[in-house]
Formats: sequence, C-alpha cells, structure tokens
Amino acid sequence: MTETTLNYSGFYTEGPRKGILGWLLTTDHKRIGILYLGCIVVMFLIAMVLGLAIRLELIAPGKTIMGPQAYNATFTVHGIIMIFLFIIPSIVAAFGNFLLPIHIGARDVSFPKLNLLSWYCYVAGGLLAIASIFTGGGAPDTGWTFYVPFSTQTTTNVNLAVLGAFILGFSSILTGINFVTTIHRLRAKGMTWGRLPMFVWTLYATAWIQILATPMLGITLVLVFLERIFGAGLFDAARGGDPILYQHLFWIYSHPAVYIMILPGMGVVSEIIPTFARKPLFGYWAMAISSLAIAFAGSLVWAHHMYASGMSDLAVLVFSFLTFIVAIPSAIKVFNWISTLYKGSIELAPPMLFALAFIFQFAIGGLGGLALGAAASDVHLHDTSFVVGHFHYTMFGGAGFAFFAALHFWLPKFTGRMYRHKPAVIAWGLMFVGFNVLYMSMQAVGIQGMPRRYYDYLPEFQALNLVATVGSWILAAGILLMFYNLWQGIRRGRPVGNNPWGGATLEWQIPSPPPLENFGAEDPVVTKGPYDYKGVVADEY
Amino acid sequence: MSIEHRDDTGARFGMWLFLYTEVILFSGLFVLFAMTQARFPEHFAAASAGLNTTIGTLNTFVLLTSSLTLSLSVTALQLNKIRQSLLFCSGTVLLAVIFLVNKYFEWSTEISHGIYPGSDHLAESAPGTAAFFNLYFFTTGLHGLHIFIGIVLILTVTGMIIRGKVSAECPVLLVNSTLYWHLVDLIWIFVFPLFYLIPRGFHG
Ligand code: HEM
Repeated sequence: MTETTLNYSGFYTEGPRKGILGWLLTTDHKRIGILYLGCIVVMFLIAMVLGLAIRLELIAPGKTIMGPQAYNATFTVHGIIMIFLFIIPSIVAAFGNFLLPIHIGARDVSFPKLNLLSWYCYVAGGLLAIASIFTGGGAPDTGWTFYVPFSTQTTTNVNLAVLGAFILGFSSILTGINFVTTIHRLRAKGMTWGRLPMFVWTLYATAWIQILATPMLGITLVLVFLERIFGAGLFDAARGGDPILYQHLFWIYSHPAVYIMILPGMGVVSEIIPTFARKPLFGYWAMAISSLAIAFAGSLVWAHHMYASGMSDLAVLVFSFLTFIVAIPSAIKVFNWISTLYKGSIELAPPMLFALAFIFQFAIGGLGGLALGAAASDVHLHDTSFVVGHFHYTMFGGAGFAFFAALHFWLPKFTGRMYRHKPAVIAWGLMFVGFNVLYMSMQAVGIQGMPRRYYDYLPEFQALNLVATVGSWILAAGILLMFYNLWQGIRRGRPVGNNPWGGATLEWQIPSPPPLENFGAEDPVVTKGPYDYKGVVADEY
Repeated sequence: MSIEHRDDTGARFGMWLFLYTEVILFSGLFVLFAMTQARFPEHFAAASAGLNTTIGTLNTFVLLTSSLTLSLSVTALQLNKIRQSLLFCSGTVLLAVIFLVNKYFEWSTEISHGIYPGSDHLAESAPGTAAFFNLYFFTTGLHGLHIFIGIVLILTVTGMIIRGKVSAECPVLLVNSTLYWHLVDLIWIFVFPLFYLIPRGFHG
C-alpha cells in the first residue's frame, strides 16, 4: 500500500487542462474545494493577526498600540473577514464541495460551472472587502453589522465593504442552490435519505438557510449602499425613516447565518465521533431532524439581537420564547454525541480531540446564549464583552474548531499523506487552553460591565484583560503550530491508504487522493448505512 | 468524460430555488414599503396620485404579453418549429425593450420635475413623499435591471437556438429563461398596484 500511494496523485494530475489554468478553469468539485480551502485559510490568518492586534490594544487601559479610529477599523475588518470570508464559507465551501458528491456517491455537483462561478464571486467579494481597507476614506469602522444611522453617515469606505459582502452573498446562494439540487438529484443507487452521512444532512439544512436567508442580506446591503449614494433617508429617523427596520432586515439574514456557520460544524463532529468511538451515531433520525429543526427555528429568532433597541415588550417576549426553542434541537445533538461516546472504544486521535473540544466549547457558548436569550439578563449583558466571549465560543470554539477537526480528519484523504500526530496534539492542547483562557476572561469581565467595541476601559478591568491577552498569545502559538504541522504533513507526511481512520462513509472506500471522477467507471451502489463499522478496518500508515 | 451528464429536472429544480431567492430579494423592499405606507398613508396617497397610471397600465399589458410570447416560443420549440420559436423570442425581446423605453419616458418626466433619489426637491418635501419616491425608484430600478438581464438572457438563448444548442431535445435553457421571465413579470404584477393604485385608496 505504502509504495503505490507514493507515486499516485489522483485528481491533482488528472484533468483536461494542466498547470494553473487547470485550476482556474476547473469545474471539478474537488479542485474547487481545494481552491476555497486555500483562500479561506489565508483569510483566517489575516483576520487572526487583526484579532491579536485588538487584544494587544486591550492589554492595558488607555492607548497601547492604536487610537480609537484605528481600533474601530480593526475590529470591523476583523469581524467582516472572519464572518463573511472565513466562517460562513469555511466548512461548506471547502469541505462541502470536496466531500458532498463523494459522500452521496456522485461524480460532481449538479451545476459544476455555477460552482466555479461561486468561487470567483468569493474571490471578487474578498478582494473588494480587502480593497475597502486601503482606499477611499479609510477602513470601515461600523462594526461588521453595518448598523444605520452610523453606516450611512461615516466617511470611511463602507461602500466597497458592503458591495463586497453583497457579492459574497451571491457566492453563498449559488453554493446553496447547488447543494440542495445535488442532494435531491444525484444520490447514488441505494443511497436513501436514511443512509446519508450526517455531514450531508447538515449541509442540506445549511444550504436551505443559504437560499432562504441570504437574499435578505443582499437587499439590505444594497439599501445601505443606495442610502449612502443618494441619501434617501429610508432608515433615518430624522427624515421619517426607521433605523430599527434596518436591524430587522439585517438580522433576518444574519441570525440564520449563525446556523450556516455552526450546522456544518455539527455535521463534521457527527462524522468524527462515531468513527473514533467505533460505534454507530446514536439517534440517527433525531440528529437529522434536529438539523432541519435548527434551520427552521433559527430563522424565526432574529430579533433577539434587538432587545435593547426599543422593540415592543410583546415582541421581546415572543422572540425570547422562540430563542429558547432553538436550544432544544441543539441540546439533542449534544446528548446524542455523548451517547455515541458511551461505552464506545474511543481513540483520542487529533480529529477526535478537536471534536471533543468542539462539544465542550459549543456547550459553554450555547449556555451563554441562553443567558443572552433571556430578555432580563440580556439588558445587563448587551454590548458587553460577555457577548464577544459568547459568540467566539460558538463561532470559533464551535464552528472554528470543527473546521480544524475537519482539517485533521480529511486532509489525509485530500492529499494522501498523514501529518505527525504528536505536534498536532500539542497544538491542540495550546489552542484549547489559550482559547478558554482568552474568552472565559472576556466573558467574566463582560459580566462586570466592560463594554465591547472600545479601545479604552476603566482600570478595574485591567487584570482580566491582561489574562485574556496572554490567552490570545497561547492560542495563536497553537494555531501556528497546527498549520505548520499540517503543511509539513501535506509536503512530506507518510503516505496513507484508502482508509487511515477506519471510517465507513464512501470517501474512505476510494483512493487518497480521490481520482478524477471519484468512483472510476462504475457508479457505486450503496448497500449499508454510513456508520456500519462491521468489517471496516483502518489501514496502517 | 461524462461529468456533466444531463439532468433537466435538476436544472429546473435549481432554477426554482433561484427564483425563490429573487422573491426574497424583492420582499425586503416590499416590507419597507408596507412599513412606510402604514406610517404615512396620506403622503403615500398624494405621491401615488402623481404617478403616470397610463404608462403603468400600458407597461403591465406589454409585460404580460411578453410572458405569453415567450411561453409560445417554448411550445413552438418543443414541437420542433424552430422558425416560429425564434420569432416569438424576438417578439419577447421587442416587448421588453418597449417596456424599458416606456419606463425611460416615465422616469425622465419625474426627474425633470426634480423628483429622484437624493434630489433637493425630495429632501424638502414631506417625509412620506420622499420615502415613496425613493422606494419607487429603487424598486422599479431593480425591476428594470431584471428586465435588462432578461433581455440579455433571451438573446443568448436565441443565439443558442439558431446554433442548435437549444432544441426540441434539449429545451431546458429556454424553459428556465421563461421561468425567470415569468417571475420578472410576476414581480411587476405586485409592483404596479402597490405603487400606482393601492395607496390612493388610503385617505386617513
Ligand atoms: C484568532 C483569534 C481571535 C482573536 C484574538 C479575536 C479577538 C477579538 C476581540 C478582542 C474582539 C472584540 C473587539 C471589541 O468588541 O472591542 C473580536 C471581535 C469579533 N470577532 Fe474575533 N478574535 C479571534 C477569532 C475570531 C474568529 C475565528 C471569528 C469568527 C468566526 C471572530 C469573529 C469576530 C466578530 C464577528 C467580532 C465582532 C466585530 C464587531 O464588533 O463588529 N473572531 N475578536
């Protein structure tokens, strides 16, 4: 096995065109997945540096490395890149593109050309967003939410950033349409709905949200853009407009969007846990339905971001209640992962460690979400760094760690080579410790009343902020070590066979890296479920 | 190399999903319209009375007819009557252009009266009036953009019919363009009464 895989390179060398054009004009879902993956990792690293700069500024009260305007711009750009360019596309566009067709036994997605177009939209949107930092009146300083009236009045370059986000929305919609159609139309023979891997189920739910919610963001951003050009005053209270309406329109998309971020992460974890516990996923249908339930209920709770904005009491009550309902399917998932682990034969390989960190951190983030979802406590916590801690726990500790878990789980499949495990575990440990030190301190200091989005703070918050900043260094060290180790693994890791982890889904039955049309001449016929480990043995590597 | 094997049902399915996103896109504007209309019914009534209903009605007929011609083109193609199909496609494009020309005259009269987003005239008028006309220009502008995209789309498909790439055996591109065109039509069927007719009835 070892000798053959060494000089085998799968879809990397097969394909109609050679060289760089073979990538830029490709319609192969695997290549597009890799293109996305590269861009997404670069974006993450850029935004991470900005995040570290924010933390460094907050190490002590007063001005440390930047003044108020630079601080505002830094957290805004950090937020825009992390949200629109990293976490929303991350798992869906990179791993979804690569794996979804293989998982359902297809040769490609339904619309391969649209798929490539979506990548170009991503690149164009990303370039615009980055250009907005350096051109016009300076980097946008509105926060990633572009709240009116400030966003329609500031002289910084909000126009480009908004336009970039609009185009990124297109990319997201195209991917969503593609995935829903693919899952409906291209499942292999025998791949019934009940045999879909859970990752596919979560992609399915996510794709629906992408289709249903993203256009709302599109029109909202277009309106901000038009407001800035024409000054129409539709959101301007002084001229009869309604700023709260903007917030509604914005969150109608952006709250469901947090499920675009977390659902695929849940899917990744649902693949990893059974594989390393060597047990079928507990409660398959409960997991599948709860994904759809999260997508559905998550679309109805947007206004819980606005308790403090001046909605009617009735609206606050209704949205608070609905918010609590979302916790139910999320909790079902956590319980089912735990039940899958129960009495399993657990192997603590790197992907598993990241998956377990996901559960731990997502649970903390989710419980913090309940404190924010209850209107009474939210009035106290709103716009404090508790909120910042909370959403980093869910988006970074949850979705971000799931992305890292996916990297460790599937990169050997993508490249045919295994990274070294020891540095991976050390990196994981650093990240886990650093992450919790950083954001737990931010949550704590938020409860004490430290507001978010200020470069300066009262001296009594100093101690915890110092701890948080030190945490951010530990975290960053871990992240760098992780990427270095993965890169080394890609370059000269040990070759692996088809199935290094002993997984039972379809991608583990084909070579690593997969060949051009995934399954060779014959379309696969599926005869068993995705978590049926009977007779499946992991290959040595 | 059968990566792109044909799946017409899948293509239509995808198109329907896309149309759904278009509905949501416009619905944001409709929500804004509803909220402002509820707040300033009198201003809306007065402003709406200033729109040119004749051109609006004419355009409604033009657009509905164009939907018919495009559907006929699909039927003709499926019966393998290529010439007829091409004729209907061209007719549709002609009607679409007429729509845009009408719209151009309508807009230019309004603009010549100093009514356009960001104009001083609107900035001085009552808040409801300004909101009405701003929404009017944004909504019909976005709709006009869709008409324009539709024209490009239909012309492209027409070219493909001529070259035989879209044919009785493989009509799905024309079918999808027709679906898109019907949606553009449908949105106008909401836009027209919303702006031209309904607000007039609300005198507080
Ligand atoms: C690499 C480590 C990271 C560090 C050190 C970091 C640090 C921070 C800090 C300190 C803030 C608060 C700024 C303030 O409100 O004053 C912030 C805001 C934010 N972060 Fe991060 N972050 C990191 C990673 C991430 C990731 C992975 C995501 C998304 C998945 C993310 C998304 C955001 C968002 C959306 C905001 C809010 C921006 C705004 O207020 O408009 N961050 N980050």
